[in-house]
Amino acid sequence: MNIHEYQAKELFEKFGVATPKGQVADTPEAAKEVAASLGSNIVVKAQVHAGGRGKGTFKNGFQGGVHLVNTADEAADIAEKMISQTLVTHQTGEEGKLVSKIMVADAVDIEKEYYLSILMDRESRSPVIVASTEGGVNIEEVAEETPEKIHKEVIHPLLGIQPYEIRNLASKLGLYGDTAKQFGKLLKGLFKLFMSCDCSMVEVNPLVTTPDGDVLALDAKFDFDDNALYRHPEIAELHDPTEEDPREVEAAKYDLNYIGLDGNIACLVNGAGLAMATMDIIKHSGGEPANFLDVGGGATQEQVRNAFKIILGDPNVKAILVNIFGGIMDCDVIAKGIVAACGEVDLNIPLVVRLEGNNVEAGKETLAGSDVDLISADTLADAAQKAVAAIA
Amino acid sequence: MAILVDENTKILIQGITGSFGGRHAQLSLDYGTQLVAGVTPGKGGQKFADTVPIFDTVGDAVAETGATVSAIFVPPPFAGDAILEAVDAGVDLVVAITEGIPVMDMMKVRAAMKDSGARLIGPNCPGIVTPGTGENSQGGCRIGIAPGYIHKRGKVGVVSRSGTLTYEAVYQLTSLGLGQSTCVGIGGDPINGTSHLDVLKMFNDDPETEAIIMIGEIGGTAEEEAAAWAKENCDKPIAGFIAGATAPPGRRMGHAGAIVSGGKGTAEAKIAAMQEAGIEVAQNPSDMGQALVRAMS
Repeated sequence: MNIHEYQAKELFEKFGVATPKGQVADTPEAAKEVAASLGSNIVVKAQVHAGGRGKGTFKNGFQGGVHLVNTADEAADIAEKMISQTLVTHQTGEEGKLVSKIMVADAVDIEKEYYLSILMDRESRSPVIVASTEGGVNIEEVAEETPEKIHKEVIHPLLGIQPYEIRNLASKLGLYGDTAKQFGKLLKGLFKLFMSCDCSMVEVNPLVTTPDGDVLALDAKFDFDDNALYRHPEIAELHDPTEEDPREVEAAKYDLNYIGLDGNIACLVNGAGLAMATMDIIKHSGGEPANFLDVGGGATQEQVRNAFKIILGDPNVKAILVNIFGGIMDCDVIAKGIVAACGEVDLNIPLVVRLEGNNVEAGKETLAGSDVDLISADTLADAAQKAVAAIA
Repeated sequence: MAILVDENTKILIQGITGSFGGRHAQLSLDYGTQLVAGVTPGKGGQKFADTVPIFDTVGDAVAETGATVSAIFVPPPFAGDAILEAVDAGVDLVVAITEGIPVMDMMKVRAAMKDSGARLIGPNCPGIVTPGTGENSQGGCRIGIAPGYIHKRGKVGVVSRSGTLTYEAVYQLTSLGLGQSTCVGIGGDPINGTSHLDVLKMFNDDPETEAIIMIGEIGGTAEEEAAAWAKENCDKPIAGFIAGATAPPGRRMGHAGAIVSGGKGTAEAKIAAMQEAGIEVAQNPSDMGQALVRAMS
């Protein structure tokens, strides 16, 4: 789950992580008011979940989703051109993203940019802090080309961050005196935020020092553990469904694990591992999977029906492959779901079904006894080949 | 022999009165598993299926019945606590079936278990099956949610991060007449209790196991570590499969741990590491059983 820049800033403020002064606005008047409370170097930024905002273009022709201004009136003028407009960047695709809010903040004088992140590391089963003197750039490239510039501290899962670990990092970043102190305060707050909000990653890039010796988080990226959102309703509320693939939003309503892809053979599978393997075998057989879809180990007829509607809603889909290994799950439940779904939608593309496992005979009978036009398959390989052949 | 559990292992189930836990408790009983106790706080004194006593605490259940393994079917918010309760009560093995436990909870549980001597399998896993010798492999030990009937007692050890993909592999083996010593689902979460490597070592030391299937998926580097160890230390033939070669980077593929991030955890890297270690890698998921036949020949 991604959150907006202004939401990240609000979280930072709550945990004492220093950020440039500023606020979010959703009207030109509000933008003017915020700008009036700031200095004479002000930045106005469109709030969308996409990189490349600065170089983006609005569909009304206005250039750039990030602008520097000097007065409150200028801020209001820029706000007018951004709010309720659609911004297209290299990450949004041609359809762009609707901008409903903008961020108005102090444009900070930067002395030096750094990188700072905390992530849940699966190998050490601990939070790991990653810091680098190379900020504002792609950290993966830094790690690849100059690994000596990446500094890590593995934090004890139960003790949490220790003062010496903060001193180690400050020293490796070359921060001293009051700047090191400010860095320590920021990092402590960031770690507390990471733990309290069940983050799987929080990345500050860049972290900056100013000529006055301040240390500020300039931009941030969060990743939260979806499994823990139940205990953070305030974070779950930050979720902005307009920023996501509508098919995925729809699937989530029915507790289906769906990820849209670019191919034309849709698949419906029970279990995540088998769903991935089914995508793989489609590709192996010369086709391209249109999606990942795991209906879960204990799917209901209702879920199967909705899953069908979602995959059929994708205009790229030219064939459907259903692969079910009914361990405990009853194959007949899946079969009835397929029949129910086909009764509601106009199925005019090939449907390949491979059922195996628990109560498979009843499932096959249900399908055979219905008027659903389908191609049945025995093994996974057989199913994939038939699906590919059906659209050849 | 088999590993971890056999037909004499006494198990208890935490969360036995829930609909999911109860359903699978019954299936385990039907399979012939020595299910000796259930635990649900507040329901101590009742019985499950008229035969299995229910206790309020794991401590009471272990003291009264001598259970050495606990299966966790407790909902995610309470599962971390349930695992720690089982460890504190002195069981040797905890099998956490629960899907959706916050990673932060598992991180703390793992750290807290460090010197306990107990082993954790899972979470978010199908469990363990040591097949029996009866009809449809009955008479064995089934802990968790795997379908018992697809198994067959034999000599192949199976270890996997996935549920249904494991069933697919087991089904292929059984169809080829190859039985299993023990099938272990280690779970699809980023932080789990037992790795591929841990299970490979156990299979290597188990005289009954003569060949091994290792099923992995994208995310993390556990398969690479297991392959590197196997290259130097394992004489038994191994076949493998990695799911997720076509998964887009940066997306979680259903399992919380199945994600390629920062170029790490790709299927290509895992397959290369396995091949480098002399593991016969199945070209596609339909080929898992045959890959083992090739590995053994």
